[in-house]
Amino acid sequence: MKTLRRDPLVRGLGLASAALGVPQVARPADVARGIGVTAGPRQRTATLAVGVRELAAAGGLLARPHPVWLWGRVGGDIVDLALLTRALRRHDGRGLGRTALATAAVAALTAVDVYAAVTRTGRGSETTLTATTTVSTSPEETYAFWRRLEGLPTFMAHLEEVRRTGESTSHWRASAPFGRTVEWDAEVTEDVPGSLLAWRSLDGADVDNGGEVRFSPAPGGSGTEVRVTLRYAVPAGALGRAVARYFGEEPSQQLDDDLRRFKQAVETGEVVRSEGAPAGKRARGEFPQHPARPLTPKELKETLS
Amino acid sequence: MKATCWMGPDSVSVEDVPDPSILNGRDAVVRITSTAICGSDLHLVDGYVPGMQKGDILGHEFMGEVVEVGAGVDRSKIRVGDRVVVPFPIACGACAACRARLYSCCENSNPNAGMAEKMFGHPTAGIYGYSHLTGGFAGGQAEYARVPFADVNPLVVESDLDDEQVLFLSDVLPTGYMAAEMCDIGDGDVVAVWGAGAVGQFAMDSARMLGAAKVIAIDREPYRLEMAAAQGYETIDFEDTDVRSALLDMTGGRGPDKCIDAVGLEATHGAPHVALYDRAKQAVRAETDRPHALRQAITSCRSGGVVSVVGVYGGFIDKFPVGSWMNRSLTLRAGQCHVQRYMKPLLERIERGEIDPTRIITHRMPLSEAPAGYELFKHKREDCEKIVLSTR
Repeated sequence: MKTLRRDPLVRGLGLASAALGVPQVARPADVARGIGVTAGPRQRTATLAVGVRELAAAGGLLARPHPVWLWGRVGGDIVDLALLTRALRRHDGRGLGRTALATAAVAALTAVDVYAAVTRTGRGSETTLTATTTVSTSPEETYAFWRRLEGLPTFMAHLEEVRRTGESTSHWRASAPFGRTVEWDAEVTEDVPGSLLAWRSLDGADVDNGGEVRFSPAPGGSGTEVRVTLRYAVPAGALGRAVARYFGEEPSQQLDDDLRRFKQAVETGEVVRSEGAPAGKRARGEFPQHPARPLTPKELKETLS
Repeated sequence: MKATCWMGPDSVSVEDVPDPSILNGRDAVVRITSTAICGSDLHLVDGYVPGMQKGDILGHEFMGEVVEVGAGVDRSKIRVGDRVVVPFPIACGACAACRARLYSCCENSNPNAGMAEKMFGHPTAGIYGYSHLTGGFAGGQAEYARVPFADVNPLVVESDLDDEQVLFLSDVLPTGYMAAEMCDIGDGDVVAVWGAGAVGQFAMDSARMLGAAKVIAIDREPYRLEMAAAQGYETIDFEDTDVRSALLDMTGGRGPDKCIDAVGLEATHGAPHVALYDRAKQAVRAETDRPHALRQAITSCRSGGVVSVVGVYGGFIDKFPVGSWMNRSLTLRAGQCHVQRYMKPLLERIERGEIDPTRIITHRMPLSEAPAGYELFKHKREDCEKIVLSTR
């Protein structure tokens, strides 16, 4: 969200909220008269309420910028337009021009707000995940294990298949929330044996993504520190993330678990299964698991297939 | 096969379940001949350990005969037909923890490490029959069990010792031994042991074996104190005695040099108001564990001494005497036993007759009577100290 803090449009809208909110709260009656509305108690209260809302939006946009404040402004605009339309309809004629002008101004501002909210929401939708582990193998061995991309699906929960398609290109297929499958072609962008492997998806990917793995010797020659960074565009941004989380998808936990299984595979040659989590990599680490008792032949067949 | 299952808090029953099969290449399947109920199983039955699921098979102290090994098992280490004792923590043998011989902290054997990490900050090893927090592995109070990393974990017993002489190498004997070992016992040391259950008794035996001049048992069950007294240990009944004063009295005002907590999270206190205070806190989840033994061990220990904890704790406690610990230069050591470290040397001690593990067995019953065994053990009826279940 750092980019929003420096975004002139977001800052401008924040300042505009402040400029509108201060007089509305300090002198509600004068503001009501200013836009050609009778300054009765109801109108004064409405103006005051609108002012408080504007100040909240100003605080949010200037201090902790987030697209939610922009959408809040859009919601406020709709309320304001409703109030002004009502005022226009019941107008006694005095100052009608000023009310009409105010309505036009709010309509224009609404357009700006909608534009800002829509364009700025998209920005926060790229997610970066990091995870790290230490394994007891050397950086060269550890790198080699990872470099064999076809092997990644054995320990990465969401990967179904990675197929080599060229010297530095490969085709990836992964499961996504709500039973969907996403596919993409990727290319290796950096490849330093024993220390770094980076890749990114090519044009036409279902989900734009990329990542890197860095391998460095652990202190005292006791193995290798592995640092993974994954970046991907989340469909539907923050909302999509929240919905996925609600249905039990916690990406950072999943990457941690992926890396744990990577460590198991590198160090012991297998991904550990228990009766409770018999599916190995498909275990979500969430309840309910299978009870800690042997599987029936039918369950076994499904699990190991 | 028949297996003892956790069906909910205070509910244990013997059920018909599928026979285990190989899930990983390095698994073995063991036909169990003898298994035991552990004091720590009571924490599960009493509902204090999170992550239990209806139908989970209980039991982490078991031995038997290998009937099947996976394709990836190193057959120079273990073969079909071998008689084995299985250590309760599952270790991979390859990670940094295993290489440092910290087997119960194995970094690879718990497929639910993410859950354990949330509770403990770092994950711990898989354990048989001990909740999904420790991996969701089926337990050993059954006719068969699957044993992962079979070429790393089980101890092959070649001598003709009875099951009862070697069964406790799976947990309580090494756990008691490690409790004493962590004390760094020197000549003339007085060692006090809270809890005279199976682990406590073996901690006392081990303390004496490692050179303690005097061993003191603290409990409130007369039969447990008598069992300790019969070995020549001094005793304190905390039900009618103030433990700290008694310990000062027995040590010329110094306090014990080394203190062992073999009680853990379900401790109680001789003074009803103190016991009630922690019960209430636990009931409203203001703490998960009742640390009476730990508090007493810390405040009783001589300055500069060691407090060694092998009683099981699971979460968080209230009123930890941090001032006493810090200002008096106490050393606090703890751990789930790294059983694999101790199995062989302790087997040799048993073979040489230096330890008699069978002395703690008070009840023998068939596996089918396990639920009745749990009742006896939980309520300490019939002077129940240790139950061995047999499948034969």
